[in-house]
Order: sequence, then structure tokens, then C-alpha cells
Amino acid sequence: ISLHKPEIKLESLKEDIKDFLKVSGWEKKLQNAVYSELNVFPSPCHPAAPPEHMKEPLAYMRKAQGSWEKRILKSLNSMCTELSIPLAQKRPASEQKELLNKWNEMGTDEPDLTLFRPVYAPKDFLEVLMNLRNPNYENGEQPSFRNHLGLIQVPLKVKDIPELKEDFSELGLNIGQLGIDDSTQVPPEFFENEHVRVGQKVLAEQDSAAAQQYVRQGCPTALRADLWALILNISNQPEDILYYEQLKSNVIQHNLLVDSLIYKDVKLTASNDDYYFVFEDYLYQVLLCFSRDTSVLEHFAYSSATPPKSYIRGKLGIEEYAVFYPPSGVIPFHGFSMYVAPLCFLYHEPSKLYQMFREMYVRFFFRLHSISSHPSGIVSLCLLFETLLQTHLPQLFYHLREIGAQPLRISFKWMVRAFSGYLATDQLLLLWDRILGYNSLEILAVLAAAVFAFRAVNLMEVTSLAAAEAVLADLSTLKVMPLLQIFLFATVT
Amino acid sequence: MQVPECRFREPVRVPRPALPPQLQEIVFRNFYTAFLSVRVQRAQGPRKWLTCVSDYRLMASPHTEEGAQDYFSLLRHQMLCDVDQVTAVRFILRQPSPVWLHFTIEELQIYPPSQKSPQKDFPSWLSQLAPPEQPAVLHRELPDPEKVSAEAQQMWVLTEVIRARQAAARIGRFDVDGCYDINLLSYT
Repeated sequence: ISLHKPEIKLESLKEDIKDFLKVSGWEKKLQNAVYSELNVFPSPCHPAAPPEHMKEPLAYMRKAQGSWEKRILKSLNSMCTELSIPLAQKRPASEQKELLNKWNEMGTDEPDLTLFRPVYAPKDFLEVLMNLRNPNYENGEQPSFRNHLGLIQVPLKVKDIPELKEDFSELGLNIGQLGIDDSTQVPPEFFENEHVRVGQKVLAEQDSAAAQQYVRQGCPTALRADLWALILNISNQPEDILYYEQLKSNVIQHNLLVDSLIYKDVKLTASNDDYYFVFEDYLYQVLLCFSRDTSVLEHFAYSSATPPKSYIRGKLGIEEYAVFYPPSGVIPFHGFSMYVAPLCFLYHEPSKLYQMFREMYVRFFFRLHSISSHPSGIVSLCLLFETLLQTHLPQLFYHLREIGAQPLRISFKWMVRAFSGYLATDQLLLLWDRILGYNSLEILAVLAAAVFAFRAVNLMEVTSLAAAEAVLADLSTLKVMPLLQIFLFATVT
Repeated sequence: MQVPECRFREPVRVPRPALPPQLQEIVFRNFYTAFLSVRVQRAQGPRKWLTCVSDYRLMASPHTEEGAQDYFSLLRHQMLCDVDQVTAVRFILRQPSPVWLHFTIEELQIYPPSQKSPQKDFPSWLSQLAPPEQPAVLHRELPDPEKVSAEAQQMWVLTEVIRARQAAARIGRFDVDGCYDINLLSYT
């Protein structure tokens, strides 16, 4: 290429290569790739720490995750034996051809899914989290300062409002936000125009770190798809498209039991949603491929979860014939497809949509359905939510507890799904902007508490869990950024 | 209001023959200890106990899980006193929070200078950050050939490492020889 010129001297080769990297944009790409790795992987562990310590440092949490996984495996195995359907089966050639022809309209298929049931629903998972106990903690029955008043009884460290204000400082009252300062009453010269201009500049520079900082104030709709891709370092190169095509061919060749679970989930959730039913076909194309993607296995190094394992028939116990099931190691649960649905508004090319979802999953979403002590893990989010509510709305918290309506019972499903399917889509995307911007899921817990604060007056008047659920059943009219701002920066503490 | 009690564990005495004369590193796994102090007794000099580590914080907050089961290293250069010719080591564990049932430290290892604790697999050039370089001034003189050849060698080593790594690129196969006909999921 440009380095093959005879003018290049050996002495200046190092400098020439550096300049070449800068000019061709490769230096930026390398920086973005390194930045991406730093964001995803946890800080290196102590050399003496075994690999399971990086997955999850607390022994009792590892054990709890193991027991939960065993329950899921048993459930899947019994579904398999009851329905006499194998976990995996090679498709006959005719079926392969049929599926290939129907690839873009799998939604028109109406397979009989009545016998399939989701492996678990969020409320089952909540029951497990409620029973989580540290055996070294004084879990006395008598109420005392040791017991938490909410459903979560493990003493994880969670942030308080002063710390959250510092962490989420860009959401402050005197800083422009999309979702607030772009409303029709505000002239665009005040904030919106300049913010869009800066966003275009960030995209032109192709700088991941700058993009991550920028989206903390929200993404302009026209720039969001590119900004998110820049932050997650997804560029949809020819080799990525090829990889996706290979996954597609894996789907064509083998039929997996989890495929039926995916079908059922999509039919039950996304297809019934006013905003997302149009994307039904895309959801199959993404989720079926996701199940076959062995690169997802890499995230288990830093997840507390372990992929399910099996052996080729007739080779039980022989390690050379051990495989993971599904190949990605991730068994979908009820509502899983809602992690993909919002991305369909941004990405229409299947390979790019696929990669964006996969990266979002291995960075964020996996933490919402596994038991760990990570600050963005669902256990910490639940405790953060309960602590925020108890500290700042003690009367409301006490009242709801007294009437048998523990707040977490209502907000859990919102957080597990990262609010997908509960908020209006434009609001959801503004929320996910901040998840990417802050590289943390804590904002989900803050929003959940802010929603309760917003509807506190109505909630104080209810006298049952069902009535409380009714007050909080419809979040589709909520504007997330004002709620977050008021809760963090304008609530009297 | 009840004042939370402060519990001390009994000092751990390590038998004399097992101690290396010079301490390089102490490695251990924490189990809910909030603060650690270490005192040593030396062969020469007065027989009193010298503090080499004073109230080292292991847990960010004594009441919450952060740091409770983490691995720690205490290095020679972090210690307050000279740790040569040590005959006895005393570990004083403090956990002021009453919420925990037990606290201790586990997997205790003490390394002399000759032995290093297990290190992570890093290529040596990675651990040395290159200082920001001045651009080479090349008007009249020729650069030092030794320097140029050393740099060219470094680049060659890098390309070799990259070439060796390529073989590990994932292919994405999940089956065994084309077969994915499996039993039920395994529980172990």
C-alpha cells in the first residue's frame, strides 16, 4: 500500500507507520477497539484468584446461581422428555429448503406451541432472589437494623443519592438533555441545534469514548443508530456479514428445542405489542441465530452464569464429545425477545441488527437474569431500588409494605426487561442512551424509584397489591428524563 | 443506641522454621475481615513487635459485601518497617460490624524474595509503557544503526506474535464432526 514506496527509509519506518495509522484512520479504530475491551472486561483479578472469582467473587452467590441454573436445566430436560422432542435435531433436506425460502417471513408460520411453556418467568426469578441469603450474615427473624425492609436480604453496597448525583452529573438541572430541552416549547437554538452539531462532529471523528460521553445527554434520533454502533464498536465489516450468514446456515441445518421457546416468547410478547409487532420476522432472524453463536460463550468468563452442557448421544461423560447447549449457552426466558425489539427501530440490516443485539447482550442484558454481586447485576439493582425508595419515600414504602404490596414485586419486571415494552419507544431509547453513556444499568433502578415517586399520591391511597399494580400498570405516557432529573436533583432529601 | 462491638481475632503465630528470613509478599484471601494489621518480630534488635502494616482496609464498608471475599497482596515496599530476618508474624484482624457471624483470612501465603507469587501471563514488553517519544531528527546524521535494528527486531517479534495468535481464531463450530445429536442436559 502506501508503505511500499522506495522513499520510505528504515530509520523513519516506525514514525512512518505511526503516521500511516493516523492518516488512514486505523489509529482511531485501534483506540476504539481497546476502549471497547476496557469497557467490557472487568479489571484484572489478583493473580492468585481462580477464574470463578472473576465470574463472581462471593462464594454463596456462585452457589445460588448454580442452583438456579440446575432448576432451569431440569425444567428444560423434563420438557424434552414429556414432549418426546430432542434438544437438537438435524433438519431433513426438504425442511431446510422450506425454511430457507421462508426466512424473511417466519412470522407467518403458526407452529403448534401450546405444549411449550417458557422455562421461567421474571416472577420465578424474583422468588429466588428473595430467598438469597449470605450464610455468614446474621439473618435473624426479629426485625432489626440487620434486616432489610424490602425483599432483598443480602448486604450489597449500593449508591445513595449524593453518589448517584455525582455519577450521573450530566443529568443535572443546568445541563441540556434530549428528552427535556428538545420539547416543542423550547426553541432549538438553546440546546438542540448545538447538540446535534456536536453529535455530527463526534461521528465524523469516529471516536468511541467521545460518543459514550456525548450520549449521556441523549442521542438525536437521526444520529442514534450510528452513535450506538460507534460506542459498541460495531462496524459491520464483510467478515461480520459472512459470520451472520454462517449462523443463518446453522439455523437452517439444525432444529433446536430452544427455537420453539423463542417462537413462543415472540408470539406472547413482541407480537402482542403495539409498537413491536411489525418487527416479528426480524426477531426470529436475530434470536434463532443468537442461539447458534458460539462467540457468545466468551462472555461467560465475566458472567456468574455457566453455559449448559451436554454430550453427543452415546458418548455420555466423554469430554471430547461434550458440547454446549444451545451453542450460545443462553437459554431464553419469558420476555427475552423484548431485549431485541427496540433495536429494530434503529437497524434494518439483519447482520448489523444482530451484532448490535449480541453486543448489548454480552455487555448489559446478561446481568439482568443472573445472580451476581456486580453493581449492575439485577440483585444490586433491586437493592438499590428498594433502598432509594425507603430512604426518600419512607411513608410510601411503609404503606405499601403494610398492605402487602412490596414495591419490588411491581418494579422487578420493569428492571429485568430494562423497561422494554413498558415505556413508549422514544422514551425507552432515551433511557438506553444513558445505559450506554454511563456503561451501567443502575439508571434502571433510579427510574423505577422515580416512577413510584411520581405516582406516590395515588399509591398512598391504595389498599391492596392489585390496586397498586393497577396504578402502575401503564407507563406509556411517562417522560423518563424529567422523572430522573427530578428524582436525582430536585427531591428534598 | 448500641455501640457496635469491635472483635479481634487471636493473633496467628507462624512456626519459626516455616518463615523465610526475608518477606517479599504476603498473599491471602479475605473472608469478611474489614481491617488488617500485621506485626513482625525480628531476629536482631529488640524483642518487641514492630508494626509493618497498620489498619489496611480490606472492605470498602465493614457492613457490605464489597471486598469481603477478595484476594489481596501486601508487598515489601508497602510495609512500614524492615521485614528482613523475621522470626514471627502476627496478623490482627478487625471487623467492627456486628452483622457478620465469622471473619478471618484464608489461603495465607508468604513469599521470600526469590519466589514470586503466581504472576499473570504478560509479555514483558506490554508491562513497560514506552515513554512518549521525540520524533527522530534526521537532517544530517545517520541514526544509530543499533537502535534502528533493535526497533526493527521489536516489530518483527510483534508480527510473529500476531501470526501465532491467528491460529486460535474462532471458527464457530458447535457440533462434533458435524453431529449435534445430544442427550439431555447434564447437571454436573
